[in-house]
Amino acid sequence: MSGPIVEAEGVVKTFGPIRALDGVDISFEAGIIYGLLGPNGAGKTTLIRVLTTLIRPDAGTARVAGIDVLADPTAARTKMGLAGQFAAVDDYLTGRENVEMVGRLYGLGRSDARRRAAEVLERIGLVDAADRPVRTYSGGMRRRLDLAASMVGRPQVLFLDEPTTGIDPRSRIDIWNLIQDLVADGTTILLTTQYLDEADQLAARVAVIDRGRVITEGTPSELKDKLGGAVVELTVTDDCRDQTLAALATVTGEQPTYEPSTKKITVPAPDGARTLMAVVRSLDNSQIVPDDITLRKPTLDDVFLALTGHHAEDQTQTSATKPRRSRRIR
Amino acid sequence: MTALPARSRVGLAQAVRDTAVITKRNLLRNVRLPQLLLFSTVQPVMFLLLFNYVFGGAIGRAIPPAAGGKYINWLIPGLVVQVATFGAGQTALGLTEDLSKGVIDRFRSLPMARSAVLAGRTMSDLIRNGLIISLMLGVGFLIGFRYQTDFVRLVAGVAVALAFTYAMSWVMAAIGLAVKNPEAAQSAVFLPVFPLVFASSVFVPTQTMPDWLRVFADNQPITVTTNALRGLILGEGALLPGQTVEGQILAALAWAAGILAVFAPLAVRVYRRTVS
Repeated sequence: MSGPIVEAEGVVKTFGPIRALDGVDISFEAGIIYGLLGPNGAGKTTLIRVLTTLIRPDAGTARVAGIDVLADPTAARTKMGLAGQFAAVDDYLTGRENVEMVGRLYGLGRSDARRRAAEVLERIGLVDAADRPVRTYSGGMRRRLDLAASMVGRPQVLFLDEPTTGIDPRSRIDIWNLIQDLVADGTTILLTTQYLDEADQLAARVAVIDRGRVITEGTPSELKDKLGGAVVELTVTDDCRDQTLAALATVTGEQPTYEPSTKKITVPAPDGARTLMAVVRSLDNSQIVPDDITLRKPTLDDVFLALTGHHAEDQTQTSATKPRRSRRIR
Repeated sequence: MTALPARSRVGLAQAVRDTAVITKRNLLRNVRLPQLLLFSTVQPVMFLLLFNYVFGGAIGRAIPPAAGGKYINWLIPGLVVQVATFGAGQTALGLTEDLSKGVIDRFRSLPMARSAVLAGRTMSDLIRNGLIISLMLGVGFLIGFRYQTDFVRLVAGVAVALAFTYAMSWVMAAIGLAVKNPEAAQSAVFLPVFPLVFASSVFVPTQTMPDWLRVFADNQPITVTTNALRGLILGEGALLPGQTVEGQILAALAWAAGILAVFAPLAVRVYRRTVS
């Protein structure tokens, strides 16, 4: 297909006084994983709900697979699959019955739905558990089943809303692998996440969204370049703080910062572990033993701090001019 | 991969099929979680036993001779209507549960008939309530209930009750969708229904109620539907002077049709608004 497979332009959605989406533009081509990265309440879920025809925006346009989702929602729904934030599967049905039911509702005949459900269950590795009621499933299995249900109609575009939130690390890797397999087969995926490492692992391109606006867009490595890589973070006793700050400046050639509220000293580590080792050697020479020292990768919070000047979860700063949004806008 | 063709419209045949799929899904829940059906059956049977054995002796003196001198014969048609009314409350609970679990979102993202979610829910609750009514009639027979007319009229009476429960399901659908949360739906549904059931002819004849209450009780749909059932099951002697069986049936069906005409479009509107 030529042209973008998902395209949103100037999408605005307000809930009462809250502007959940404040003029969002995104556009991407078929065959990739596109990540929407942002904290709770940023507008990620609202954008997915607009694109999947669940809500109508107050302004703007949206097209999926070349179909205007506002003008022809039913046709658009034949091209898409949705796995929401909560695994929307029925506890008392078996895994197979859940998937077959969704297949029927996609318009497949009885035998087609059965065949397709078997294929999809095989694909996500739930064949052994397929005939057990879903209430016996673990959280990770439920998410996978939900994903299976969203795949059953062979959608061109899959919308996954925080597919790994609240599940254990092993299941998380399983779901990552599954998502990568799907894309290798030609499905296009839009996923939302609060985790920078998830976007980094999976997405070819990422839009960082905050307070209903896209604040930056690019490949994960472009994003990380904007942040300048890793930092060394350490705490020392008050009496040797000044000496430490001086030593850090000499070793790294960068200006360290001291945060009084947390007593943490941070300094950019352009050479990663090498910088950390140089810092440790220098402190050792000065006979300073830090209480704690780590080399850490930038987090979503760092992205926000760098791009917006506020922390990801900190909404108080602008509360004078903007109402506080609820944590999850549904 | 072969993609599905893009359809802009959902045809009637598919709407019927989707409704059947949703109905089956909802009914399977009752089969797989038998305690659901058990608890909803226990309550009416408990009412039946309590009213028959505790109040039956005292109330028995006030009922018309058409009941054959047994309170249970008077009570059963009333209880059928009570089950029809309370049972409709399940429609609100089922919908709010689907809403809170994200199931409705999933349905709305599928290229299925929009109407199928509400049509399937009210249909499965109709079947379920029909089953509970049959079970209760069975228990009634075991402890002495006997219809005073004939079997065809008994079945006709159950049919009138089913028309009423179906209409009430749409009222409950509108209430459930408006309050959204399952716990709130519980009180939003049963708080208004409880006094309505008692301020009617379900358990006792209305003649001894104070005038202001009796006028209300005699004219509200639960009494009218109960009267229609009593007329069919016990004969015209069970009705107030001047009432005919045909008249009460027509009035009951008119109530059901009227409730449906108002609340089905309302529920559909609330559904559209709730989820967007």
